[in-house]
Amino acid sequence: MKTIAIGIAYVILAPVIGGLLVGLDRIISARMQRRVGPPILQPFYDIFKLLQKKTVVVNRLQNPAIFCHLFFMIATGFLFFEGSDILLIIFVLTLSGVFLVLAASASGSPFSHIGAERELILMTAYEPMVLMMLVGIYKVTDSFHFYAILESAKPLIVYLPGIFVGFLYILTMKLRKSPFDISYSHHAHQELVKGIMSDMSGKSIAMVEIAHWYENVFLLGLVYLFFGFSPVLGIAAVILTYVFEILVDNTFARFRWELAFRSAWLVALVLGGGNLIALYALMGGA
Amino acid sequence: MAYFKKSPWLIHYDGSSCNGCDIEVLACLTPLYDVERFGIINTGNPKHADIFLVTGSVNQQNVDIIRNIYNQMPEPKVVIAAGICACSGGIFAECYNVMGGIDKVIPVDVYVQGCAVRPEAIIDGVVKALAILEERYARAKAA
Repeated sequence: MKTIAIGIAYVILAPVIGGLLVGLDRIISARMQRRVGPPILQPFYDIFKLLQKKTVVVNRLQNPAIFCHLFFMIATGFLFFEGSDILLIIFVLTLSGVFLVLAASASGSPFSHIGAERELILMTAYEPMVLMMLVGIYKVTDSFHFYAILESAKPLIVYLPGIFVGFLYILTMKLRKSPFDISYSHHAHQELVKGIMSDMSGKSIAMVEIAHWYENVFLLGLVYLFFGFSPVLGIAAVILTYVFEILVDNTFARFRWELAFRSAWLVALVLGGGNLIALYALMGGA
Repeated sequence: MAYFKKSPWLIHYDGSSCNGCDIEVLACLTPLYDVERFGIINTGNPKHADIFLVTGSVNQQNVDIIRNIYNQMPEPKVVIAAGICACSGGIFAECYNVMGGIDKVIPVDVYVQGCAVRPEAIIDGVVKALAILEERYARAKAA
């Protein structure tokens, strides 16, 4: 019962936390560029404004696909904090991503289409690292469940340093940060007009944005897992990770998709694979 | 409560001009003026925009583009003509290919004068446009 309550708390609180995180992100980014930046509640103002705007829907597939994207994103986080199997959760997350690609492909806009293609490329780029992370976590804790992993009290970061760094690398893609914001960028200096969001307006943008907030909180939950043996350290690590991603966002120029894809697989192979090999060599067994 | 005042997203188009006003619009985004303080974002996508900010005049080449951008913007929306060329054609008004100010093609709500238009004047113009935007939203809601 308790775990279900935490899951429901996630569904209610994640948009609030996610929105505040994005607001903080925008202020910190502005300060890094010697600007003042918007108020911290700006992301919420944007969402409320978008809900009041007229929504132009390009065809019948677009809105159901965006709704499914949001629904499965919420399901991902709910199942994660409810303590379900992380393997299942990663598949639900992928399903959610596929619906966003479908929504973008539904439009006739070439910008939207290239955005969708790039989103697919990013998904193939980060997926191997995610799976290696799961294998590593299972090898150390013998479990795929959030609470069982926490209760094992194993310092995952000590066992899986390579996998954690690799995860940070793909986290930049998942958070849609530069240098990997090739399918859709939050910044004014976007390319492809707005990538996957080009043909969305009003409530559609609001739904994708809220899904992104849910995703951010879920991903930071994954970061917490690595430091779960000590809650204080865990929360400190989550905050540090987020600030680090903002710093990376503001210091790197956008990669081409080839570099994004190759580097992500190289990182997965060297850091993730290397970590796994070391783990099996030291711990032994199947 | 309407939130347009707190989160105006705008799209900028530079028509037939010397690019002076274009540069001044971009200057609004720099640390000195930093319009993101007011939640203003330069979107570059008409479907995301609330405000259409046009600098420069209309000519035979860009008339379709301006109409296209305007038509793609979802309601409620406002148009700002920034700089004398956008208002009346300015120094280019007599040219054989120039049709005149933006109001020859699409309805303009706010005219901002200047050659080139000052960043402060642009920000003032946007603030004026926001009042119109809110009014338009209230009217659409009532209807």
